[in-house]
Amino acid sequence: MRGNGLDELLRELSAIVGRERLVAHPDALRAYQSDGLTRHRAMPVAVVLPDDSAEVQKVVRALHGRRVPWVARGAGSGLSGGALPVADGVVIALTRLRRVLDVDLENSRVTVQPGVTNAQVSAAVAPTHFYPPDPSSQVVCTIGGNVAENAGGAHCFKYGFTTNYVCGVELVLADGERVDLGGTEIDRPGLDLVGAIVGSEGTLGVVTRITLRVIPVPEAQRTLIAFFADTGSAGEVVSELVGGSGVVPAAIEMMDELALQAVEQAVNPGFPHAGAALLVELDGPEAECAPHLDHVVEVCQRHGAEEVRVARDAAERDRLWRARKAAFAAMGRVSPSYYVQDGVVPRTRLAEVLRRIDELAAEHGLRVANVFHAGDGNLHPLVCYDHAKPGEPERAELLAAEILSACIEAGGSITGEHGVGIDKKAQMPAMFADADLEAFQRLRCAFDPDGLANPGKVMPTPRLCGEVPGPYRRHPLELAGVAERL
Amino acid sequence: MSLPSKLGVDASPAPATSGWPPVADVSQLLAERAAAGIPTRPRGGATKLGWGSCGAPPNGCQDLDTRSLTGVLEHNAGDLTAVVGAGTPLVELADRLALSGQRLALDPPLGFERAATVGGVCAAGDSGPLRHRYGAPRDLVLGMRVVLSDGAVAQAGSKVIKNVAGYDLPKLFCGSLGTLGVIAELCLRLHPLPAQTATTMIDCDDPATLARVCTALSSAPLEAESLDLAWRRGRGGVLARFAGERASARAASALELLAGAGVDGDTRDGDDEPLWDSQRELQRAPQGGISIRVSGRPTRLAETARLTDDIGAALVGRAALGLWWVTLGPDSDHAAALSLLRERLAPLPCAVLDAPEQLREQIDAWGPRTAGLVALERRVRERFDPAGLLNPSVPVGR
Repeated sequence: MRGNGLDELLRELSAIVGRERLVAHPDALRAYQSDGLTRHRAMPVAVVLPDDSAEVQKVVRALHGRRVPWVARGAGSGLSGGALPVADGVVIALTRLRRVLDVDLENSRVTVQPGVTNAQVSAAVAPTHFYPPDPSSQVVCTIGGNVAENAGGAHCFKYGFTTNYVCGVELVLADGERVDLGGTEIDRPGLDLVGAIVGSEGTLGVVTRITLRVIPVPEAQRTLIAFFADTGSAGEVVSELVGGSGVVPAAIEMMDELALQAVEQAVNPGFPHAGAALLVELDGPEAECAPHLDHVVEVCQRHGAEEVRVARDAAERDRLWRARKAAFAAMGRVSPSYYVQDGVVPRTRLAEVLRRIDELAAEHGLRVANVFHAGDGNLHPLVCYDHAKPGEPERAELLAAEILSACIEAGGSITGEHGVGIDKKAQMPAMFADADLEAFQRLRCAFDPDGLANPGKVMPTPRLCGEVPGPYRRHPLELAGVAERL
Repeated sequence: MSLPSKLGVDASPAPATSGWPPVADVSQLLAERAAAGIPTRPRGGATKLGWGSCGAPPNGCQDLDTRSLTGVLEHNAGDLTAVVGAGTPLVELADRLALSGQRLALDPPLGFERAATVGGVCAAGDSGPLRHRYGAPRDLVLGMRVVLSDGAVAQAGSKVIKNVAGYDLPKLFCGSLGTLGVIAELCLRLHPLPAQTATTMIDCDDPATLARVCTALSSAPLEAESLDLAWRRGRGGVLARFAGERASARAASALELLAGAGVDGDTRDGDDEPLWDSQRELQRAPQGGISIRVSGRPTRLAETARLTDDIGAALVGRAALGLWWVTLGPDSDHAAALSLLRERLAPLPCAVLDAPEQLREQIDAWGPRTAGLVALERRVRERFDPAGLLNPSVPVGR
């Protein structure tokens, strides 16, 4: 878009949000040209920073009037390119919508604007309550982005995902209509449109207010880390804990040798050299945490743990978690570049798929570190490569794709929490048949028939929405009772 | 662990697009009816047939009995997942899973002859006391294969417990009352069957005490399986169920907590199932009566209990979730009671579930909803069922 059309658009947007909240200079736009998946870049024509949901609505309505595509963006920490701009489109940055609107602990609810960070939600309901989904990026990532991606995190094993906590949203549709879906109460009559919105990756509209369920803080927490010779033994512990031993850990996280090395260099937690580590957290009534902890220690030792360290206090617990949550960023210490993959496998197939990843890495002559939510079977292989070496980025991409194929072959999924975005849309046909994609498209077209909200994401190929044929009407002869359909 | 199913399909994962013959039959039937313009009402055990509808189905509407879609297609015990035909009765599934010490943690009332099917319960979005800890059908369904109104067969979701690939159509279909398509197969998340259970019970005759006990128990980190209340004619009680090896100890700490708050209770250690059967039963209307599901808030419990006394109704529900059912016998003025409930509890949604058919024609089954919401629902329904042939008497989008 150039010339008069662009000038008019910028004037209209500027009239809505003011000049200081409209970004159009190429230097300033560069900050928005990618999200956490930096391999993909695109230049939008403008970024708007609305202040409230009414401004979001006006912006979306203006864009609809000109049929300009747009992408909603929170912190830009997503890892699938979900917030990658559309070239010649507009980015609606929601970072100024960061107010906590209502805290209603008696009814276990908190209502926030989308730019509030994940960690701020828990802070708003502390110390009695907390918001369980906890992506590693929780200090920066926004709730709006969490809703778009159906974000997970380490504690999802026991507590569930974003979708299990969103009760209601205010949604601005691509035509600029604003509608309340769900609410404070659960099981409202009608379709579960909130269920369809969560995880829709910004393709069904933009969420401008979110009501979340929060839960009481557990009485006690115990955290331990166990070190093993290899991921196989650690995997056996996972299978035993998941298989119904009566103990449901709040989180079970695994790191392999390369990931441990990277973490050691980056945050220096003082871990021993090991082939794999399991971070297990237990929470619940105080009287139960101690026996459960003993049980987990016993299971780890039975499967050959070389060392088990139990966090003695909150500070030690924080250090263990910091090591785990720093793992992605720490990869920079052992590799010039890395690519985060996000596949899921049935938990009984973990060991087998980890072996397959090792084989694939060897075939491609690249290293892969594994840091993942073992309890959920959600793998995060980190494919290490050097972007400066010719051909290596391409090989890394190929290896990452083959890892996903291995996950699908094992009966899993191409993404557990990062989303399809731009990154995995080519793999969608490996998981879904044409008829399945066609069903997805029906939902997309119901919400955004013009395809303006985050186009080019999720679906493998661009599709247009046809007109809806008129609803079934009874024939006049039927109405007159002269004829009947059988 | 692999168990033979009655269909002779083993527990090895089936290819994603495998055609199970009964699904192909449903697809063909719907395609034929679509070509002829014949409306269809999907049904399983027919225990919740009228839910949501505003009167009898239109002339010429034919039922589609999903009970041809019966059987456990896969049971991946180590992964705690199963793929089942939608027409599988919940009781049959429970028996089958119990052999492996597992269960589907979904315990709605099973209806006449305990005929409720997995697909029917999910399509109706029904749930029971286990909702407190394990959620609704939407939270337990991992994937689905559905047949759309034109006969197209589509699947969404996956067979693993964590997946965000593609739109979450399984959530959209849960509670859609057969208006978007026919649920044919479901992939479900399972849980271990607890070794022991124990229930703490408190009786009271004052709505304020009822609400106070509910608040005390739901804000304490007790990790109950279920936390329920019941209230009728000025008397009621609260039930908290604990499960697992330490069930009795947990129940005892609940009692202690209540004693601290000046409330006396009692504990039943094991053999507590009848208490919970009765809770489930109270969600359904007595013969000729009505049941109304109130999407409530815990802070409005006391006034709701008083209001049910005023209209001669019974109240049952999930204490921490604020989800209640109000039931009335055959001899009340149902329409008047419903209006009073809606007026006094506004803006809490009050949805009519069980009701005599002639009453359905006089009342608005779902109560007020915003025009924007209804318009969006209509757009969704029209995309999935452009000809409006599926369960036409249910007011989704109207």
